[in-house]
Amino acid sequence: MSKNNTGNSPSRRAFMRGAAAAGAGALSVGAAKAQTADPLITEIQPWAQELGDGVDAVRYGLPIEYESDVVRRNVEWLTADNISSINFTPIHALDGTITPQGCAFERHHSGAIDLKKDDYRLMINGLVDTPLVLSYADLERFPRENHVYFCECAANTGMEWAGAQLNGAQFTHGMIHNMEYTGVSLRTLLEEAGLDMAGDLKDKWVFVEGADASSNGRSIPMEKALDDVLVAFKANGEALRKEHGYPVRLVVPGWEGNMWVKWIRRIEVMDGPVESREETSKYTDTLENGVSRKWTWAMDAKSVVTSPSPQAPIKHGKGPLVITGLAWTGRGAITRVDVSKDGGKTWETARLAKPGEKMALTRFYLDTDWDGSEMMLQSRAMDDTGYVQPTKAQLREVRGLNSIYHNNCIQTWLVRSNGEAENVEVS
Amino acid sequence: MSKFLKSAAVIAAISMISGPAMAEKLGLGRVALPEEIAAWDGEIQPNGIGLPIGSGDALVGEEIFADQCAACHGDFAEGIDNWPKLAGGADTLDRDDPLKTVGSYWPHLSTAFDYIKRSMPYGNAGTLSDDEVYAIVAYILYSNDLIEDDYVLSNETFLDVELPNAKGFIVDNRAEAEYAIWSGEPCMEDCKDDAKVTMRAMVLDVTPEEEKPEVVETAAPVTEAAAEVVEEVAVAAFDPALAEAGKKVFKKCKSCHQLGDGAKNRSGPILTAVVGKAAGAVDGFKYSKPMKAAAGDGLIWTAAELDAFLKKPKAYMKGTKMGFSGLKKEEDRVAIIEYLKSFGE
Ligand code: HEC
Ligand code: HEC
Repeated sequence: MSKNNTGNSPSRRAFMRGAAAAGAGALSVGAAKAQTADPLITEIQPWAQELGDGVDAVRYGLPIEYESDVVRRNVEWLTADNISSINFTPIHALDGTITPQGCAFERHHSGAIDLKKDDYRLMINGLVDTPLVLSYADLERFPRENHVYFCECAANTGMEWAGAQLNGAQFTHGMIHNMEYTGVSLRTLLEEAGLDMAGDLKDKWVFVEGADASSNGRSIPMEKALDDVLVAFKANGEALRKEHGYPVRLVVPGWEGNMWVKWIRRIEVMDGPVESREETSKYTDTLENGVSRKWTWAMDAKSVVTSPSPQAPIKHGKGPLVITGLAWTGRGAITRVDVSKDGGKTWETARLAKPGEKMALTRFYLDTDWDGSEMMLQSRAMDDTGYVQPTKAQLREVRGLNSIYHNNCIQTWLVRSNGEAENVEVS
Repeated sequence: MSKFLKSAAVIAAISMISGPAMAEKLGLGRVALPEEIAAWDGEIQPNGIGLPIGSGDALVGEEIFADQCAACHGDFAEGIDNWPKLAGGADTLDRDDPLKTVGSYWPHLSTAFDYIKRSMPYGNAGTLSDDEVYAIVAYILYSNDLIEDDYVLSNETFLDVELPNAKGFIVDNRAEAEYAIWSGEPCMEDCKDDAKVTMRAMVLDVTPEEEKPEVVETAAPVTEAAAEVVEEVAVAAFDPALAEAGKKVFKKCKSCHQLGDGAKNRSGPILTAVVGKAAGAVDGFKYSKPMKAAAGDGLIWTAAELDAFLKKPKAYMKGTKMGFSGLKKEEDRVAIIEYLKSFGE
């Protein structure tokens, strides 16, 4: 690769194509033989000869330019503007379970605001013994906890209710991320303000709101508030990103993402739910008879094959193939994931990269030998309550066609013999 | 709900395992002052708790709505394009594609007051007076044929209005309706006779295209000397590539501004031919006082003034009603100004 040969992508692509064809034509046993020596090996390459970048070339690193397609994407026709809008995590291109903050999906109701730590205030009021105002520095002096949790928007896969619409795991299942949070438990903060005033806690609620213009107020039953809710200020070891609520957000494990109030500024102990816009107009589920479910907080068990998938086709022809995906449940831990290659007629149990963890993403793999024939790939998650991820038909049977949220159906990718994949529905 | 009713000792023991145990209060933070609580604690409950004293009717509301809301939600609250519809949809909830609005879907009127008071108008939240909110809510009710235009909505009459779908909600019943049927050992073999594709996403073709990396490479190779010339010219002449980049940045403005043929004033004025033009001069748009004052002082939207304004609108012009935090990146500002130029100078 000489320097003046910068427009080398066509020849490189041709080379890759050749390699794929060679792979496909080769015997399925043992490694293929090369025709000619590979210049990448036989010739000294510039990177092996010259020097690379010094330290500090980039003070805070982004992925190398060749990964520039692994980014959040949005679907413009979904929303009127891109401020009250949503984009999607490129789950088709990620592996493991931790989502890097820089490509973790965003959902704002009034845009991502700029709030300095110095300007940050958290108020705890309502039925508490002492209403408090805490600064960011105060928060850092409470005992801290670390937990990995997934955050899934209740509308994830929502565009697929009526039929297969979007062609890519990023678009169908990308309203999810999974991070390690550091923060203070909400219980600790409520106890600091004192709950004696609240009396019997059984029928009490907390109302939480953000500092942005949407405020995104949500009511959370006291039982959950005292159980595992976290007031978090770090994710994956570093400060939260602006778009995820810098400097402080709420983490509500296993429950719909809308409750994970960003830029959280106020927590009020109350004797009833507020029934705010986000818990009436939105985030409620209309059934076939026109009656709607409210307070559908928990995210049920769900999984998706992330590769192969429409944005991650098989490029290597038949032979060894890694089928991989993600599974999660808001009601405990994933215990098993099955994969079907024939649209649900037969199933094989996949390998979990690690035992399922509570309210966190679980990575699964099915290491297989692909014969090059068409596949209808599906995955089916089970959790420790014994719940089995339903098919779309099963969901529709109970809920009808008019729901938006909480679509946790089994997803099908039609993988053709050329390796390309498409989002389909099967009988 | 019973988990937290365990004895304190049990809870303490459990919390030792997963995290730090709190012995007693740490005495952190400070006591919230009554006026601070009053400033932030504004939510309104379905039973009317939290409603401020005030009143308004649909006739007054119509005017405020036309002025501050109709750009997005339509003159009759029927919604424009993809912006939320606030009226209509009666009796559609059990049909295909129900239309869910304040009138057809919302269970409590308190929610409308609560939400509008805190979060609307979009881009200028929290600026409506209590009387204005009562009047707007009355107008939305009127647009939904739920009250007459002379009905005075106030903290006293508020609870008299029952929304049609007040009884349309049930508490999450997935445990009974679903979990029992979808549990247990699933089928592994011969689970169905046949599996056929019944629907394909390709048919709809609504997936966004893969964003191709900028096609700079297709341009003829430029020598260093040529590059310098190009750069120099770019200072003065219109730069289509830059304008193209600006088009992307304009997505941030689209919620409030329109450009080009058929453009209308939305919550912000039409921006056609704004570059080089006098500020505050679009017909039929109600500018803020400071914008009018600046216009009176002869402010011209030169590239430099636009750059300063767009960087931090509220810092540049205290009291402007442009509810936008600004474009921090210089490259974004340069690009958008170039894009605006493509709509006339
Ligand atoms: C610039 C456009 C714009 C203007 C002007 C505007 N809104 Fe909105 N409105 C929105 C958007 C966007 C949303 C949805 C926000 C979100 O995603 O959370 C919304 C949501 C709403 C909703 C909730 C709708 C639902 O079904 O949940 C109400 C009610 C509302 N607006 C009322 C008003 C009122 C009253 C005004 C004027 C005082 C106003 N809006 C001005 C853009 C606008
Ligand atoms: C939330 C709504 C909103 C957004 C978003 C917004 N604007 Fe504005 N803009 C306004 C309003 C309202 C005014 C009138 C300001 C006043 O009267 O003080 C305005 C005024 C202006 C003016 C002055 C126009 C004149 O006639 O004097 C320019 C230029 C402008 N905006 C450009 C932009 C650009 C460029 C963007 C995107 C980067 C943008 N605005 C984003 C609402 C908005």
